[in-house]
Amino acid sequence: MSVSEENRTKVLDRVRDALGAHAPDRWREVNVRHRLVTHPSGTIPARSLGNHEACLALFSGMLASQGANFARVHDPEGVVKAIAGYLTDLELPTELRISEEPVLVTLPWLLAPRLKQVYGAPSPSDKVGLSRAIVGAAETGTLFLVSGAGNPTSLNFLPETHIVLVDAGDVVGSYEAAWDRLRGLYGEGTLPRTVNWISGPSRTADIEQTIIRGAHGPKRLAVVILDG
Amino acid sequence: MVALALDLKANAAKALADIELQRALLNVKRGFVTKRAEAKARLPEFDRLRDEARAIKLHTLSHLDLYLEYYERKVAESGGHVHYAPTAEDAREIILKLCRDAGAKLVTKGKSMVSEEIGLNVCLEGAGIEAVETDLGEYIAQMRHEAPSHLIAPIIHLNKETIAGDFRRAHAGLAPGRTLASAADLVAEARAVLRQKFLAADVGITGANLLIAETGTSVVVTNEGNADLTQSLPKTHIVIASIEKLVPTLEDSCTILRLLARSGTGQEITTYTTFSTGPRREGDADGPRDYHVVLLDNGRSEMLGGTFNDMLACIRCGACLNHCPVYATIGGHAYGSLYTGPMGAVLTPALVGIDHARDLPNASSLCGRCEDVCPVRIPLPSMLRAWRERDFARGNPTFLERTALKLWAYATKRPRLYHALSGATMKVLAALAGRSGRLKRLPFAGAWTQSRDLPAPQGKTFHQLYAKRTRG
Amino acid sequence: MTKDLTRDAPLVGLLVTCLVDLFRPAVGFAAIKLLEDAGARVEIPLSQTCCGQPAFNSGDRADAKAIARQVVDSFEGLDYVVAPSGSCAGMLKQHYPSLLADDPAYAERARALAAKSYELTRFLVEVLQLERVDARFAARVTYHDSCASLRETSSGGAARQLLASIHGIDLVELPDSEACCGFGGAFAVKYPDISSAIADAKLRNITATGASCVVSCDLGCLMQIAGKLSREGQKVQVRHIAELLADMIDAPPIGKEQI
Repeated sequence: MSVSEENRTKVLDRVRDALGAHAPDRWREVNVRHRLVTHPSGTIPARSLGNHEACLALFSGMLASQGANFARVHDPEGVVKAIAGYLTDLELPTELRISEEPVLVTLPWLLAPRLKQVYGAPSPSDKVGLSRAIVGAAETGTLFLVSGAGNPTSLNFLPETHIVLVDAGDVVGSYEAAWDRLRGLYGEGTLPRTVNWISGPSRTADIEQTIIRGAHGPKRLAVVILDG
Repeated sequence: MVALALDLKANAAKALADIELQRALLNVKRGFVTKRAEAKARLPEFDRLRDEARAIKLHTLSHLDLYLEYYERKVAESGGHVHYAPTAEDAREIILKLCRDAGAKLVTKGKSMVSEEIGLNVCLEGAGIEAVETDLGEYIAQMRHEAPSHLIAPIIHLNKETIAGDFRRAHAGLAPGRTLASAADLVAEARAVLRQKFLAADVGITGANLLIAETGTSVVVTNEGNADLTQSLPKTHIVIASIEKLVPTLEDSCTILRLLARSGTGQEITTYTTFSTGPRREGDADGPRDYHVVLLDNGRSEMLGGTFNDMLACIRCGACLNHCPVYATIGGHAYGSLYTGPMGAVLTPALVGIDHARDLPNASSLCGRCEDVCPVRIPLPSMLRAWRERDFARGNPTFLERTALKLWAYATKRPRLYHALSGATMKVLAALAGRSGRLKRLPFAGAWTQSRDLPAPQGKTFHQLYAKRTRG
Repeated sequence: MTKDLTRDAPLVGLLVTCLVDLFRPAVGFAAIKLLEDAGARVEIPLSQTCCGQPAFNSGDRADAKAIARQVVDSFEGLDYVVAPSGSCAGMLKQHYPSLLADDPAYAERARALAAKSYELTRFLVEVLQLERVDARFAARVTYHDSCASLRETSSGGAARQLLASIHGIDLVELPDSEACCGFGGAFAVKYPDISSAIADAKLRNITATGASCVVSCDLGCLMQIAGKLSREGQKVQVRHIAELLADMIDAPPIGKEQI
C-alpha cells in the first residue's frame, strides 16, 4: 500500500471506529444518498420570498448598504451610458478590461467612444474590469460570477474598479434559488472551477477595526442591472 | 500544535496590565457584540437556522466516513486530488512534497487556522520556500512572529502606531519618509506589497470554511479578496482543511453561511464567498492547473462519537470569543494556545491532552453566554465541565484545590457537623469585621481579598437563627 | 410571624443555600416572608447544607452526586423546592437529572425534584401568581441578571416585574445586564485577577446608571459586586432582591457598616 493509501485507510478506519460504523449499514448509506440527491433546503428567510420587484429592490438595497454603486437601466444602450457615466463622474480611467461574455462583447460600445475595450484575462496594470454575473441573490445583494472560457476569475479581483452586469431576470430571492439556476446550467452535482459570491467591494477592518476599502480586491464595485 | 507557553495565569496578569491591549479589547465588546445583536434582529429566522445548522453538522459527523468518501470521489471527478493526513506531520509532508513537485519558491496563503495548527509556515521556510500570509491581519502577525490573537480578527490587540513601526522595519526597501499615519495608509502599502507576492506565487494555499460533499467543493470566505487572489493566480491551489469541515450539500452550506458572518462580525455576508471545485477546466480563461485538498485528522476522529463530538460542529465564527467575559479581559494570546476563547478551551485539551491545557477549561466562570451565541448551539459550558471532571480524575488540581474541595464536601455531607462548624466560623469572621461590615484582609483568603473586600457574615447562621425562632 | 395558612396552601421547602445560611440569613427570612405572604407554607429541611455546585463545577462528580442525593432526600415529600438563588435552583433544575441519571435509586426522584424546583422570584410570579409586592424603596435601583437566573432559571422577567411594583422605586436597566460579574464560584479565587477584571466592567456599568442600589437574585454575585464596590470606596448599596421585595431592609447593605 502506498503512503497515501495507508493514510487514507488510517483516517477512514479511525472515523469508522469512532462511529461504530465498520459493518455495512444500508440505512446509513440511504440517509446519505438521500440527502445528497434531494439536497433539501432548510429555512429560507422570508425576505427572499418576495415577488420579482421586491427582489430587485432588496438586491439593490443590500448592495448599496454594502458599499456598491448601483444603476438600473432598460436596454444595452443604457448599460454603456451607465458605465461611461460612472467612470467619468469618478474620474476613473476609461480603459476597460472585459470578460469575453457574448452579452458584454455585443454591447453598443460605439455609443461611448471615449471608452477603450480590451478583452480577456487581465494584466496586473488594468484599472477597471467588467464582468457579468450569471445570477444574483437578493437576500444579501450577492452576485454569482462563474469561471469559464472568456470568464477570467482574476478579472473580479485584480482591477481597482469592478463593474458587474446582471440581467434583472437573473435576480432571484434566495441563495437556494440561485444554486438551482446553476444546476440548470451545469447539471446536478457539478460546478465550474470557481463560483464567486460577491457582495460588495473589498474591505478590511483588521487595523483598529477601521473599515478600509480595497484591501486586496477592488476598491469599488459598481453593479448595472439590465431590466429590459 | 504551535507551541506556546501555556501559563495562563501569568499571561493573564500581563494582559490585564497592558493598557493598549485593554483598549483594543473594548473594540471586541462594543463592536462585535453589538453588531451580532443587530444582525440577528434583522433576520427573524436566525434561531431556527441555528437549530438547522446544528442538525446538519451532527448528521454529517455521524455519517462522516460516508460523506468523506463521496466528497473524495467528487473532487477526483472534477480533476482534483484528495490527500488524507492522519497527523500534523503527515499534512506537512504532503504539502511540502506538493510544493516541491511544483518547483515552488514562493507560496501565498489565505487565512487558515489549520495551517497554523500544523506549523506549516515554519516547515516551508525551513525547506527554503517563502510562505507569505495574505490576510492583512495574518500578514502583520506573521511579520511580528506572533500567533493571531482572535479567530477572525487576528491583530485586534494591536494599534496602528505599532503596525506602522512593523511596516517600516519589514518593508525596508520603501521610502523612509513616507506617511504611515492612518489605517488607509497602512492598507494601501500592504496592498501594493502583497500584490507583488500574489502575482509571483507558484502555489496558493488556503483553508476552507466548508467542504461540500455534493459537488466536491471547498468554500472560503473573506472580506479582503486575498484568498481569491491566492487560489486563482498560481499554477497550483492547495486546500488544507480538517475533516469536520464537511457538509453534505450546497443547500446545507447556505444555512451555515447565513449564520457565519452574522455571528462573527455582524455582517449579513462576507464580501467574498468563493466555491472552488477542481482545477481549471479545458478552455477556462485562468485558474490553477492543479487542485489538491489535504484532509487533516490530527485528533478529530478521537472526538467523534464521544463526549466532545459536538465541538466538531464548530464553524469558527468567533462569536463565543466575542461574548466571553474572560476573553474580553485577557485577550487571545494569554490563553497560550492557537485556539482561544471558549471554543479553544474545549478544543485544545482534545488536541493536546488535558494535562497540557488544564488552565483553559478551568479559567471560566461558566457564565454560559458562549452557548447562548453559538450558531450551532454547542453546549460549551457542559464540555468545559466535562474537561474539569477529567482533570480532577487525573489528579491534576493542586493540593490546595483538592483539599479545600474535600473539606467542603466532607462537611456538607454531615449536616450536624456542618452547622456546628459554620456557626463557630461565622461568629469569628463577624467579630473580626466588627461594625465595619467587611474584611479587608483574611488569612487564607488572599485570593479574594487581594482585589476585593470580603463582606462580613451577619454572625449567626440562618440555621441558628431559624432554630431560635422556632423554639421561641 | 407565620400566617394562618390553609392546608391547601402549597408546601414549599426552602433551599436556604450555603451563602445565605453562612453570610446573610436575612435573605432567608425575607424569602420566607415573601412565600408566606403569597400564600405558601414554608418548611426548612434541617439536613440541607449545600446544593453541590462547588464539587460539580470543579469536576468532582462523585461528591456532587453524594450531595445531590442528600438534597433529594431532604426535600422529599414537599410540593416545591424554592431557593433565593438562580445558581442553586439551576443546579437542581438543570443538572441533578443528568447527574443522577445512572443511579436507579435516585434517577426518577431527581427528575421529580428538578420539575418542582424554582428560583424565588420566578416561583412567586409563576406559581404563586404574585403580581406585585407591598414594599417601599424610594431610590434608584438597578438589577444585575446573574448568569444562572438568566440562563438556567429564566427569572429575569419575574424579578423585574416584582421590582417594578415596589412603591417609589426608580428602576433603571443595567447596560449589558447579560454580562457576567466574574464570580463563578471557585473561579473567583482560582483566577482572582481575571475575576476582578470582569467585575470592573460590571461596576462601570452599575456606576453609569447612577443607581444608589444594585440588586440580584444571587448572593454570590452580590458579594463579588459589593466586595469590589467596597474596595473602591463606592457608596452604591448592594442587597439581595428578596430584601427589597419583602420590605426587610433592616440589615445593613452587603459589606457595609452597621449604623
